[in-house]
Amino acid sequence: MRVNGDIEVAAPIDLVWSIVTDPERVLNFMSGVTRWEVAGTEPTGLGARYQTLLRVGAAEVGGLIEIVEWLEPSECAWTSVTGVDQRGRWRLRERPHNRTKVELRLAYGVAGAGLIGWVAERVAAPTVSGHVRRTLRQLKRMVEHEQLRERAAARRSVG
Amino acid sequence: MAQADVADTSKRNGHIRFSEDVQEEEPRFSLLSRLVRELGAQAQRAIPRADLDERDPDFIRERLPLMWLIASIWYRGEVRGLGNIPDSGPVLLVGNHSGGNMTPDTIIFTLAFSTYFGVERHFYQLAHNLVLSMPTLGSLRKFGTVAASPKNSEKALESGAALLVYPGGDYEVHRPIWQRNRVDFGNRKGFIRLALEQNVPIVPVVSIGGQETALFLSRGERLARLLALDRMFRLKVLPISLAVPWGLNIGDMLGHLPLPAKITIETLPAIDLRAEFGPDPDVDEIYDHIQRLMQDTLDALAAERRFPVLG
Repeated sequence: MRVNGDIEVAAPIDLVWSIVTDPERVLNFMSGVTRWEVAGTEPTGLGARYQTLLRVGAAEVGGLIEIVEWLEPSECAWTSVTGVDQRGRWRLRERPHNRTKVELRLAYGVAGAGLIGWVAERVAAPTVSGHVRRTLRQLKRMVEHEQLRERAAARRSVG
Repeated sequence: MAQADVADTSKRNGHIRFSEDVQEEEPRFSLLSRLVRELGAQAQRAIPRADLDERDPDFIRERLPLMWLIASIWYRGEVRGLGNIPDSGPVLLVGNHSGGNMTPDTIIFTLAFSTYFGVERHFYQLAHNLVLSMPTLGSLRKFGTVAASPKNSEKALESGAALLVYPGGDYEVHRPIWQRNRVDFGNRKGFIRLALEQNVPIVPVVSIGGQETALFLSRGERLARLLALDRMFRLKVLPISLAVPWGLNIGDMLGHLPLPAKITIETLPAIDLRAEFGPDPDVDEIYDHIQRLMQDTLDALAAERRFPVLG
């Protein structure tokens, strides 16, 4: 099952990229995520690994994930190593006037779970979609507020 | 021959040597005694060999969606504090038990543990051997359920696994509904001796809601004694309840359709027994502490609930 969402953020692509790929900030904007810890030696980049958990219904679902695609500053994709099968992708695209289109895709399921698995994926979809939607909104708010604060700080220092 | 089989099966499953106990307590030539012994032997023979290796991570993984559907939709399950369980190494998870033979708290906790730590982490649950001998429940062994016995518990912890025990067992799980918010281990302290011997931490796991899945009326202890169930099946109770779809449900052997009660489970911080109670701790003191701690948590969870069943 795949769910995705996108949003346009009034910030340059490099700033958005630095935030979505920073493991220490993920918990600040990713809705439903209760754990995102670096599990390997590399905190970011291709091959970086994280222990993750996402609350869906009665369970916190996740496991070990690994970054399998890293094209700075536009594509970051991961796939699960253990736990429930899942893939995810941040897809960033530059827009005019220093704006960025941010897309988040999540795909999940349990191989071999059959019809019940198919049903469970669909029952979970509204919750996962809600998490994707809220994540994008929170990311937009966070990035744009951060920019405003930086501009205000710059103005104060000049004055 | 039958007695030899019983002893052999019991030994393999790590249980007490059933046949010898019966010989000590019963007159040798009583017809009733022989009948009880023979029925007991039949029951013991039906119990499959307990083997930790029967746990199958792939099987569990493929069943997670079904467990998730049951836990999320039917029971609106909520599990808190799983981060209190040490990330690795052996640990004894001690729970209060509710819900009659359907034990919804076990389903929800097994799901939560398996998704939180991954099915790769070895996790076993102790169950009454009669549960494991039910023909339809054989798959429980693939989930890591093994017959409750000191030997199996030691084997599980020595292998570095997490082990879930319900000290109250059949006594607690069939308590009447007016005692639904009471932790009652029935003075069973074997789990503390086990934790001390194996030097593993205890993590209390408190659940609420399971005892609202049917109208449990009585444990039926007298009835169980009268029918010699204790000697035949190690059953100290023959519960009486009102449950769907049977109406009056005696024994709960075929299970029942549980009411969709909201189940909340809270995992408490790990207790290192020797660090908290000294190098030579008193078992009774630990027992009182753990039961009190769990009762306080259960009281707090009960205070959160506004309505029975709905939660």
